[in-house]
Amino acid sequence: MLIASSAPSGALVLVAAVFLASAVEMVEALTIVLAVGVTRGWRSAFEGVAVALAALAALVVLFGPALVHYVPLSVLRLVVGGLLLVFGLQWLRKAILRAAGLKAKHDEDAIYAEQVAELDGGTRGTSGSGRDTTAFAVAFKGVFLEGLEVVVIVITLGTTSHRLGLAAMAAGAAVVVVCIVGLIVHRQLSGVPENAMKMGVGLMLVSFGTFWVGEGVHVTWPGSDLAIPVLVACYGLVAWLTVVVLRRTGEGPGAGLAPTGEAAHG
Amino acid sequence: MAEDPIGSGRPTVIRWTVAFGRFWWDFLIGDTPELFVGTVAVIVAVAVICLQPGLRTAAAFLMPVLVTAVLLASVGRAARRARRDQSQ
Repeated sequence: MLIASSAPSGALVLVAAVFLASAVEMVEALTIVLAVGVTRGWRSAFEGVAVALAALAALVVLFGPALVHYVPLSVLRLVVGGLLLVFGLQWLRKAILRAAGLKAKHDEDAIYAEQVAELDGGTRGTSGSGRDTTAFAVAFKGVFLEGLEVVVIVITLGTTSHRLGLAAMAAGAAVVVVCIVGLIVHRQLSGVPENAMKMGVGLMLVSFGTFWVGEGVHVTWPGSDLAIPVLVACYGLVAWLTVVVLRRTGEGPGAGLAPTGEAAHG
Repeated sequence: MAEDPIGSGRPTVIRWTVAFGRFWWDFLIGDTPELFVGTVAVIVAVAVICLQPGLRTAAAFLMPVLVTAVLLASVGRAARRARRDQSQ
């Protein structure tokens, strides 16, 4: 409580944004890893996960401090803010359309079944060390590609606010929590309220993006950092009203929409 | 995953560069080019406004409005397309 009450509001929003974004992406990655582990064996799946996590951590260590030391802060804020705005608007748009029933919801069970069917039918390639190369490659790609979005969010949010360590810890905590939940519930990942989490992340990324772009071009924010939660609230209100209007104007929203197993961009 | 017609027969460096470019293209533009173009337009507009020091506080109120307009335009476009697809 002491930490929460003394920390700037920007830090809390930062932790929440990174944690939620990481959790959403890691649920998708875990679905793939579980499918690989169950169908092809756990050893190669875990090896693929370990190598992917090491590669992602290396990206954060390599690019995070380099950005902070070699790029002027105003340029960093402008570019990073722009990236966050585009990225956040994409998440928010998709979450609004899904909440309004105009886009099929992400279905982890469908992705799981699809992966299991593909892996069951695949050939069992093994390396000299006894590693199942297919299982290794699928687990590695699943974790690495989903994790890249998290790395971009960690680096951009962490470097602009000079809290790279905090952002990395929030992402790490999300990975641990999702892994523990995944181990407990095994494959009932479809129960995770993914669209609500995606909506929350989109709101925070758009708010951070607006704030940092503003800082980069010398906007004077009333209340300084306190403008971030105000922006989150305002964009949240807009998103909620948009969903309500789309539901009211639509005829039978969501009718005939099959859940999607798409993984790219959630 | 579709076959990669670009990658076949090219040196590794070129294939990696193309893949890197594709990643960022999909990441930033993908199927919503209007969000990318709209965001760039908002940034340019706010940067121009902030050249006048007296307008920098006003820009704090204008910028979220412009961002909201970009979002609503993109959502409206997608909603129209989704309803048209559903009715067909």
